[in-house]
Amino acid sequence: MRRVTKFAAAVTTTAALALTATACGESSTDSAGKKDKGVGLAFDVGGRDDHSFNEAAARGLDKAEKELGVGSKELTAGNDETEADREQRITSLAEAGFNPVIGVGFDYGKSINKVAKKFPKTTFGVVDSPSENKNVAGLVFAEQEASYLAGVAAAKKTKTKEVGFIGGVNNALIQKFQAGFEQGVKETDPKVKVTSQYLYPTNTKGFNDPAAAKDKAKGMLDAGNDVIYSAAGQSGAGSIEVISKKKGTWAIGVDSDQYEQPGLAKYKDSILTSAVKNVDVAVYDLVKSVKDKKPMKGTTAFDLKEDGVSLATSGGFIDDIQSDIDKAKKEIVDGKIKVKDTP
Amino acid sequence: MNKSVKNFDKDRLVLALGAPLLALVAALVITSAVIGVTGKDPLHAFYVMIDFGSKSDSQVWIINKAIPYYLAAMAVAIGFRMNLFNIGVDGQYRIAAFFAAVVGGSLTLPGFLQIPLVIIVAMVVGAVWSSIAGLLKVTRGIHEVVTTIMLNFIAASTIGYFLQDGRLAVKDGNLFHTPDIPASSHFFTIPTTPDPIDGTLILAVVTAVAFWFVLGRTRFGFDLRAVGRSETAASASGVSVKRMVVTSMVLSGTIAGLVGMPTLLNKSFNYGTDFPAGIGFTGIAIALLGRNHPIGMALGALLWGFLERTGTQLEFEGYAQEIVGVMQGVIVLCVVIAYEVVRRYGLRRQQRQVGEQLAAQARRSDTNKTKAGVSA
Repeated sequence: MRRVTKFAAAVTTTAALALTATACGESSTDSAGKKDKGVGLAFDVGGRDDHSFNEAAARGLDKAEKELGVGSKELTAGNDETEADREQRITSLAEAGFNPVIGVGFDYGKSINKVAKKFPKTTFGVVDSPSENKNVAGLVFAEQEASYLAGVAAAKKTKTKEVGFIGGVNNALIQKFQAGFEQGVKETDPKVKVTSQYLYPTNTKGFNDPAAAKDKAKGMLDAGNDVIYSAAGQSGAGSIEVISKKKGTWAIGVDSDQYEQPGLAKYKDSILTSAVKNVDVAVYDLVKSVKDKKPMKGTTAFDLKEDGVSLATSGGFIDDIQSDIDKAKKEIVDGKIKVKDTP
Repeated sequence: MNKSVKNFDKDRLVLALGAPLLALVAALVITSAVIGVTGKDPLHAFYVMIDFGSKSDSQVWIINKAIPYYLAAMAVAIGFRMNLFNIGVDGQYRIAAFFAAVVGGSLTLPGFLQIPLVIIVAMVVGAVWSSIAGLLKVTRGIHEVVTTIMLNFIAASTIGYFLQDGRLAVKDGNLFHTPDIPASSHFFTIPTTPDPIDGTLILAVVTAVAFWFVLGRTRFGFDLRAVGRSETAASASGVSVKRMVVTSMVLSGTIAGLVGMPTLLNKSFNYGTDFPAGIGFTGIAIALLGRNHPIGMALGALLWGFLERTGTQLEFEGYAQEIVGVMQGVIVLCVVIAYEVVRRYGLRRQQRQVGEQLAAQARRSDTNKTKAGVSA
């Protein structure tokens, strides 16, 4: 019985201590500086140097620093994060006086819209997620349209009549890439077979696991696919590497123009094209709008029409089929082709 | 005789305090060295951590973050206590939280009925999922490490299958999630400033008391620990080892089912593609850190929360983001090694003492004999 009382006492004291401790003391918000320090940017998993999605955002930031003379602070998400981690990251940027505060990736959607309420004077931006607040700019992209064009290129270039799609994580965002790609292939050449596979069903680790992408790409190559489109952030580098080792096969890059990425220079002769998502333009536009005191509001859609998304031509590997691509592009812009955003 | 008991107690106290102290000092020295190697000032890092970590909003954040960690650690510790390595807590809590979220999102009962229902569904699903590993171990002899790892993948894929538009989830922007649990069935929060503490703290405390009571104060707990020490000895004294394996896996899974509840009932109110993963593995580290003891694990979970809270701040101050991960690893290693070192030292010391006493006794009886010989 004595041990029971001792234990109970220990528990109550700990709980009481914890509770009283939280009730007093200075909050970190009280002691934070409030100067205008420039852009606060929170990257998604994979970080600045993922040669893809995050790097596109980083380019926009670099351009803003150079041309608009703003300062900046960058933080990066880790794996297995919870909402609390993301909220803290966004809050610490806003608290320190950065404006705008930008979250790269739809995972920041909830946390940015929540934190924005506490900092009404700061402009927030979130890539790939809609705005739900007055001071939040949602920057969304028509990934399916660029992916459709990638599908056209794949269908025209395949010799085995089998092409593949590798998605990082099976979520609604990546399904837009898959849907556009599949539709583009089918409507160009119904005989071409598309295999679509994902690295992870739900875990965002799919965006920074190049080893998993390597295995997946290897399996697809062995099965006879000769053009593979990977929408998997940093993981995509893994599939590009494997594809570059097999002659006569092509990789299609994503988000950044991956042919131009210094980190992928070794494999660039195998990068047919990239479905580019101009996150850099969106980030730059947002920073500029804040600098000009006319901050962007609401959700802005970046699509094929105004070059928010595009198909890269560097390397010149798709010059021979450029007319087909241009035709498809025109039909999408004119609304003749409706690209689905779910497979 | 009395004196030696006193001595023994003092030694035990020194040994008990020695291990954590040794671990703490070693961890501080090693992390300082690591920070130093990256070319930064370690003392400033510790200052930032203590300063930022002790802010009132940080304290709330740390406690809230520690709740699921603590539950996961207890789920793992039940297995550890009987030498069962349940790596499947991760899959167990996710699949449990998923189905609990599905049930919670599809019903609109009054809160006092629905909250317990959601929690019970989670516990049952967790228990069923972990019992698969337990049953396979006792019937087919498959090691639980293999089955629980595989079951993690199966759980993730199962959730991935159902978590699609038109199956059990709805599409919301770029996320899929189960329908929201109605506001009447949200768990209460404890109003503290500046942010509230999650009411699910109560769940963790109740579980901790039950954990301590069942393992330390019941026949079942005694059997469980006995199996952990020695299977053969336990079965010789009439304990059915197979039954203990299944029961403790089920118990472990039941607690694992609770791990997702703080997030589900206090934060997200649905299970979406952004539901936190990996807490089960954190639980393993914390169970090691807390030596499978309810209070030790509570401290370990709080320490983990503290490190994560202050880690972002360190990145903000220009330190490498990975420093905190290194610290967590170093601390766990230091604790495990320090306890082993101290245990061995204590063992040697005890052996020496016993040896000395025996030698002294032998000497005494020798002199007695000689004396007896002389007198005879």
